[in-house]
Amino acid sequence: MKYEPVIGLEVHVELATESKIFCGCPVVDSVEAEPNIAVCPVCSAMPGTLPVVNERAVEYAMRVGMALGCKIEPVSIFARKNYFYPDLPKGYQISQFEEPLATNGEMLIETEDGEKVIRVLRAHLEEDAGKLTHVEGASLVDLNRAGVPLLEIVSQPDMHSAAEARAYAENLREILRYLGVNSGDMEKGVIRFEANTSVRPVGTEKLGIRTEVKNLNSFRSMEDAINCEIARQSKVLDEGGEVDQVTMGWDEEKGQTYVMRGKEDAHDYRYFPEPDLPPLKVDDAWRKRVRADLPELPRAKFERFLADFKLSEYDAKVLVSDRAIAEYFEETVNNGAKPKAVANWMTGELFALMNQTEVSIDEIKVTPKALAELISLVSEGKINKNTAKEVLGEIFKSGKNPQAIVEKKGLAQVSDTALISGFVSSVINAHPDEVTSYRSGKTGVANWLFGQVMREARGRANPQILREELMKQLDG
Amino acid sequence: MKIKDLSLAGLKESLSSGEMKSTELTRFYLDCIGERETDVNAFLHIDEKYALAKANSANCPNSPLCGIPIAIKDVLMVDGMPATAGSKILEGYMPPFTATAVKKLEDAGMVIVGKTNTDEFAMGSSTENSAYGVTHNPWNLDRVPGGSSGGSAAAVAAGMVPVALGSDTGGSVRQPASYCGISGIKPTYGRISRYGLSAYGSSLDSIGVLARSVADIIPVFKTMVGKDPLDATSVESPTTPRRLPDAESLKGTRIGVPKEYFVEGTQVEVAGAVREAIQEFKKMGAEIIPISLPHTEYAIPAYYILASAEASANLARFDGIRYTQREGADTLAEVYNQTRGKLFGEEVKRRIMLGTYALSAGYYDAFYGQAQKVRTLIRRDFEDAFTKVDAIATPVAPTTAFKIGAHGDDPLSMYLEDIFTLPANLAGVPGLALPVGFDDANMPIGMQLMGTRFSEELLFDIGKIYQRETSWHEMKPKMAR
Repeated sequence: MKYEPVIGLEVHVELATESKIFCGCPVVDSVEAEPNIAVCPVCSAMPGTLPVVNERAVEYAMRVGMALGCKIEPVSIFARKNYFYPDLPKGYQISQFEEPLATNGEMLIETEDGEKVIRVLRAHLEEDAGKLTHVEGASLVDLNRAGVPLLEIVSQPDMHSAAEARAYAENLREILRYLGVNSGDMEKGVIRFEANTSVRPVGTEKLGIRTEVKNLNSFRSMEDAINCEIARQSKVLDEGGEVDQVTMGWDEEKGQTYVMRGKEDAHDYRYFPEPDLPPLKVDDAWRKRVRADLPELPRAKFERFLADFKLSEYDAKVLVSDRAIAEYFEETVNNGAKPKAVANWMTGELFALMNQTEVSIDEIKVTPKALAELISLVSEGKINKNTAKEVLGEIFKSGKNPQAIVEKKGLAQVSDTALISGFVSSVINAHPDEVTSYRSGKTGVANWLFGQVMREARGRANPQILREELMKQLDG
Repeated sequence: MKIKDLSLAGLKESLSSGEMKSTELTRFYLDCIGERETDVNAFLHIDEKYALAKANSANCPNSPLCGIPIAIKDVLMVDGMPATAGSKILEGYMPPFTATAVKKLEDAGMVIVGKTNTDEFAMGSSTENSAYGVTHNPWNLDRVPGGSSGGSAAAVAAGMVPVALGSDTGGSVRQPASYCGISGIKPTYGRISRYGLSAYGSSLDSIGVLARSVADIIPVFKTMVGKDPLDATSVESPTTPRRLPDAESLKGTRIGVPKEYFVEGTQVEVAGAVREAIQEFKKMGAEIIPISLPHTEYAIPAYYILASAEASANLARFDGIRYTQREGADTLAEVYNQTRGKLFGEEVKRRIMLGTYALSAGYYDAFYGQAQKVRTLIRRDFEDAFTKVDAIATPVAPTTAFKIGAHGDDPLSMYLEDIFTLPANLAGVPGLALPVGFDDANMPIGMQLMGTRFSEELLFDIGKIYQRETSWHEMKPKMAR
């Protein structure tokens, strides 16, 4: 039988605040930092300590909620989620349960069948747990991450393939990076997924029994895990079986999901309102302040780039995929360069140089101003395109001004007709056979001769004048 | 006058005038502790060296509390002193910080002499649930001092300290104050920061003061109040607190007497002494108004569900991973079971079980949810009452201090001791306990005055006038005379 997958995603996003959500401890790099370096009585749950909400974490969550078109609730409630684990020092996680901060949003994704809206059920604030490391004969607890603010974003089950889920997740990552609330460094675990997957016979409405796969740390494993579940569940149904409602893990090496616990072992988290925190109130003034600070989001920027700069969809998409790149592009245009030329230079030569050297747009030595100057040197005919590539490479290395490089290295384009005419004459004299062949009708040879003259001019001849002079002498 | 008879103001004056040094005063109380502690067992930790060093360095001429000794209930954190909360599971734990309320007192120059005994994690009404032995009532060593702040109450009553801090989640300051014949305040919820108070029922916990007189409570209370950035539930005190219209009498003051607090089951002498005190109020000019707090009878079940539910989460951190000796076992679940099973006392385990059950899927609405509704109704009872009266007078507890072991096998009968004190915690309103007489066995009887939120100053005014006209608060057990 053919089945239609139904997928919902829960995305856990670390909010890149300076301090933790309920205490003043700094948020440190979870990979690099020495264990238990960012820990205080509050986040290690010493008796008598109390949580106080970090307003910055609330603002970051509001930004995300607003970007996803959610309603920001004027009152939301923190709750205690109770369970025992050595990385959870209080024995409960402070989270939001019945009344989350943001509700009912949506996101547009692109699929094979065109654009599609994925509804967002809710986004709520919570604290991260610590980290356990298992060594020979012991388990080590690191509480650096305990109390780091997390935003859990829950979609509706509106996706019908792993590819759609991936598109949703990638889009979300792009938005988070735009908002400046998350670095997007997947390998550092700052975004984690839980995928809820079920299948149902194509054409039916009733939802199948779903499984939940936890702890998916990359787009790839999320996509693979969903595909694995779709295949597994379809097979179970084809064989006349029933899908069990289970919580699963993902074995990266085997490329398989495995059962972590069944329905009967499901945790009873005994949620109840956190008595240590009054209801979280967001008034109009606060909401307006946060909204006013929202940056332009990728989708809006894409449309503006199409409209204002007449870019191709492809170029616009590449340029808006990263906020810093988009801003670099606009700044270069603002420095007087033609948008189409900037797009070409950036997506071509500049990105190639960045890839080769593995540096990001924030780190490169080529300023938008320098790139704009370089582009105008070409459009003014002062240097030709090939020279410009050489100059760009030089700026990329040294950060020097393009004009200065051109002057110092004598790379300026030669537009002296007499001089170019001389180069043409010497080439024609040196290649009588090719000239004869041209004059007998093989006009294609002209291009070869063009190349020879350019070589003679060490690549700096103004190509237009060169072509004119060449044709004059060949045809004349 | 001798030190033992001086009020805090009197002590302050002796210190300021140079008549006595703070180290002498501290030495005096340390000697009293040394003399009586074997009988009373009020303390879990006594730190002579720390106290004398603090006394020696106290330099705060403008503080009314400068150089005055105090004892702190062991559920409050003091940097440098162990904190057990009366539990084996915290044995040997040294907190690296001081509770906000205690810090304010230290900043005002108070001298901490030690930590007092308590029912384990403040769960109990007698200190019999302490893992470190019961505290004895200084009026009769065969009887309990009340609880859970029994160590603090006994220490004050026995003259081992002039004042002590307690905590009150369902009556734990007022009831031991009553059993020991002293005064005690349970403030408005949030008025004193809870930061550094080991949590029992977070939405009910208040830090309170126990002293021989209302006048002695006031400066300590005033020093501790206010919003604390470390406690999101703490609140700023009003700039102009409610006071009596006339500082010299109770003229124009309306005192409510709720019928639900004068019912069968209350010891006859207790009801009698409280009624007499109410007659005193009338003589002092107060208008006595019969009122009703109709949902009082539901306070006990609501309280034991809500406090236990919160406690079941609050005590989850004691899992053997970070505190105390961990029990070795094959699985993680067994580490938890055995560590907690062995190191928590029976009453604590009972309340954790009760609270866990009340929050469980399928039972939440019937227990926790229902209890929250009852709490709202009880709060409304008080709101309605305080439109008609300025304060409410009731007994603190149905009986005077009972014999050690009297409720041994019957936790429910012990819970009934809290019936008159729980409503104030559920409503978040202040309650002041005052001694108003003795029963036939010569055990003290206490009266409770409850007021609307932030009306502590008004309650203090009433208490001060009462204590100016009466001498119950001056009575001392033999060992302290």
